[in-house]
Amino acid sequence: MYSQSFQGTGRLIKLIFRQDGLKIFVWLLALISVSLAAAAAYPTVYTDEQSIQAFALTMNNPAMIAMLGPGYAMENYTTTAVIFGHEMLLFTAIAVAIMNILFVGRSTRADEEDGRIEIIRSLPVGRLSYLSAATIAAVMTNVLLAVLLGGGLYALGIERMDLASSLLYGANLGALGLVFAAFTALFAQLAETSRGATMFSFVALMVAYLVRAVGDVSSETLSFFSPLGWAVRTEVFVGDHWWPVLLSLAIAVVIMVVSFYLNAIRDLGSAFISARKGKEHASPFLQTPFGLNLSLQFTNIAAWAVGIFVISAAFGAVLGDLETYFADMEFIQAYLANDPGETMTEQFIMLLMAIMSMISAIPAVMTVLRLKGEEDKNRTEHFYGRAVSRTKVMGSYLLLAILVSFIMQSLVALGLWSVGTMDDALTFNTAFSSALVYLPAIWIMIGLAVLFVGAAPKATGVVWFYVVFCFIIVYLGGLFDFPAWVNNISSFEHVPLIPAEDIDYMPLTMMTIVSIVFAIIGFIGYNQRDIQG
Amino acid sequence: MSIVEIKGLTKKFGNFTALDNVDLTMNEGEVFGFIGPNGAGKTTTIRVMLGLLKATRGEVRIFGRDAWKDAVELHKRIAFVPGEANLWPNLSGGEVIDLFLKMRGNGSQGRREELIKRFDLDPTKKCGTYSKGNRQKIALIAAFSSDADLYILDEPTSGLDPLMERVFQEYVMEVKAEGKSVFLSSHILSEVEKLCDTIAIIREGKIIETGTLNEMRHLTRTKLTIQTKEPVTLDETKGVHNIEEHDAELSFQVDTEELDEVIRYISQFGIVKLESTSPTLEDLFLRHYEAKETSNGVGGQA
Repeated sequence: MYSQSFQGTGRLIKLIFRQDGLKIFVWLLALISVSLAAAAAYPTVYTDEQSIQAFALTMNNPAMIAMLGPGYAMENYTTTAVIFGHEMLLFTAIAVAIMNILFVGRSTRADEEDGRIEIIRSLPVGRLSYLSAATIAAVMTNVLLAVLLGGGLYALGIERMDLASSLLYGANLGALGLVFAAFTALFAQLAETSRGATMFSFVALMVAYLVRAVGDVSSETLSFFSPLGWAVRTEVFVGDHWWPVLLSLAIAVVIMVVSFYLNAIRDLGSAFISARKGKEHASPFLQTPFGLNLSLQFTNIAAWAVGIFVISAAFGAVLGDLETYFADMEFIQAYLANDPGETMTEQFIMLLMAIMSMISAIPAVMTVLRLKGEEDKNRTEHFYGRAVSRTKVMGSYLLLAILVSFIMQSLVALGLWSVGTMDDALTFNTAFSSALVYLPAIWIMIGLAVLFVGAAPKATGVVWFYVVFCFIIVYLGGLFDFPAWVNNISSFEHVPLIPAEDIDYMPLTMMTIVSIVFAIIGFIGYNQRDIQG
Repeated sequence: MSIVEIKGLTKKFGNFTALDNVDLTMNEGEVFGFIGPNGAGKTTTIRVMLGLLKATRGEVRIFGRDAWKDAVELHKRIAFVPGEANLWPNLSGGEVIDLFLKMRGNGSQGRREELIKRFDLDPTKKCGTYSKGNRQKIALIAAFSSDADLYILDEPTSGLDPLMERVFQEYVMEVKAEGKSVFLSSHILSEVEKLCDTIAIIREGKIIETGTLNEMRHLTRTKLTIQTKEPVTLDETKGVHNIEEHDAELSFQVDTEELDEVIRYISQFGIVKLESTSPTLEDLFLRHYEAKETSNGVGGQA
């Protein structure tokens, strides 16, 4: 029986690439080009050893370690390759993990949920073929990423980026991608819906990040429980250890074997964690478009809220230590004297706020784009077949998204402020004003999402491009040295940097107006266009 | 020769018993109709037959081989059409048909072209843009253009227009004429009546009736409408049910085995008009359905 369990896998791999190939291509292209561009840009910014050492100074503190992983001893910071390895690895790893989660989630549980695997399995195709095809496709994708990225870095010819180290950098990301591909395959067996499977996987990613953050700051041992903790311990471009890559691959194989076993013993369409039963009647709240919308998206929003709060709280915990840490180090004080306006903590808070606001924007944008998802699944026709106006339906999504942005930003502030030793590091007022000041920038993204769903529904993917673009500008804008107009496209560029700067209401008002204009165009478009289903 | 043999099949999902001791036998060259209300266990039975679900208890053999263990080998001889064909939105209809044919490995391109023409399908459109009926056509074309010995069709005509339904019926007749077997689960009773040799009715996971349509008709009632010269009372007559009076006409149902007696009796009153409607599968189905309507069924998978 088991000899035939894998029959037809080859053709299914082709099928999966035929279906998702373009998406994978875009992901790989983006990951590789941003990485290579960054690697090429570092030498132009950090031109001499002194500037590299200065970078090292800003990195070796608890807050940055929590965010990006442990640094090295000062004498190791000799080339920009080290900076690249330190600053780019973890965030790229997260992006790779997200790609794997989305990709494997689609080609496992989503295909099963929609009945595609049922048809495939009625053909002379083995019981485990679809999962093996999805797995092999994921392996191929990650190997491709590792080789292209590693080879690309080597080809740049930057000092210390020799072939072995460059390939280690690529392999590190590929192996980590496979760990999360394996986790997603496992959760696809456990959860009954594709939404559940991807959500569990994202929770796993977040836990991995947090465990590593706390571990890197306080206890080395703890970091060994997180795949991201292993990844940063490759010390790529410094120590060049291969064991974390091998460990990741081994764990990925183990999780995969478990997934295959679970897949083999379960019925098609069944899951180990079953969906709960629902209520017999709809509550009065559920019977309004907004109520229905909120209850449909509640789990998703709640998961994001918890995640954002926990990450903010974790960073809040290191904030208190930060001032004490800097106060003890005289030479840092001396270095900072060049820039008296901002303390190190303030700088960190500003970077952190920008990144956390970026993360908050994701659930807010998702909330609006869900309307398009509902249309694709032919569920909006249930509204429009009844006496509900388009404005009302879209309005309920917009309202919810604005609410989400407010909730998430408040949680960022609350998380940062409430946990750890407050001292004077962050007052309640500063925390809230520096978080809420990002709202108009997030609203631009929400407005853009409304605009695309309403006026150009085929191109809603552009909204995610914009979010990623803004993230790159926030995180690497200084590095790339784009012309000002390019930076200005990012809404996050126009946010006053609190606490260092005073609140300037002008740009905030402008952004709010622009997002309203976007939304209005979206509403007009939505009221005039064809609804697909 | 029987090609499908199901003995004592029970399938449980947790505490819920979806199939309860199901016995079925289907013979070679037969078109076998499988009918039952929503949630009765039709799709579950088919999924067990395809080795997608593992039987909790009992035996399912197709072509004499175990449906679970030998699934891959068996599927080379089986063509399946699901009730709802969700396909890959980025692939065109033609691509999906080719893919299915290639994976089975014995399809015919000539037949594929013929079927696409007969079913009036544009194979260049992406699956994401097809209507439900058109997606269903893709599954049907893939199934009928492959060279199978057993066709398992799970409500295959859902979403098809009457014209396409007829094309479908023609193809069922055609494969039957070639000596192949068809297992047809359906809600459309007229279709089952037209196509099927043997019928099984499933309800709440149990087979409650099985046999040829003729055999089953004996178990049911004939509807009579009469008009007589002298008034006739049937209230006391054995085997007469649901008497209704409109104007001078009397409509009622007669148990088929009592038909002879009842006709003899009413002929004494001078028959002016006599109309008889033979029981349709629908009557038969409804009778079984209504008989147990008081016990509320719990729906399983549709």
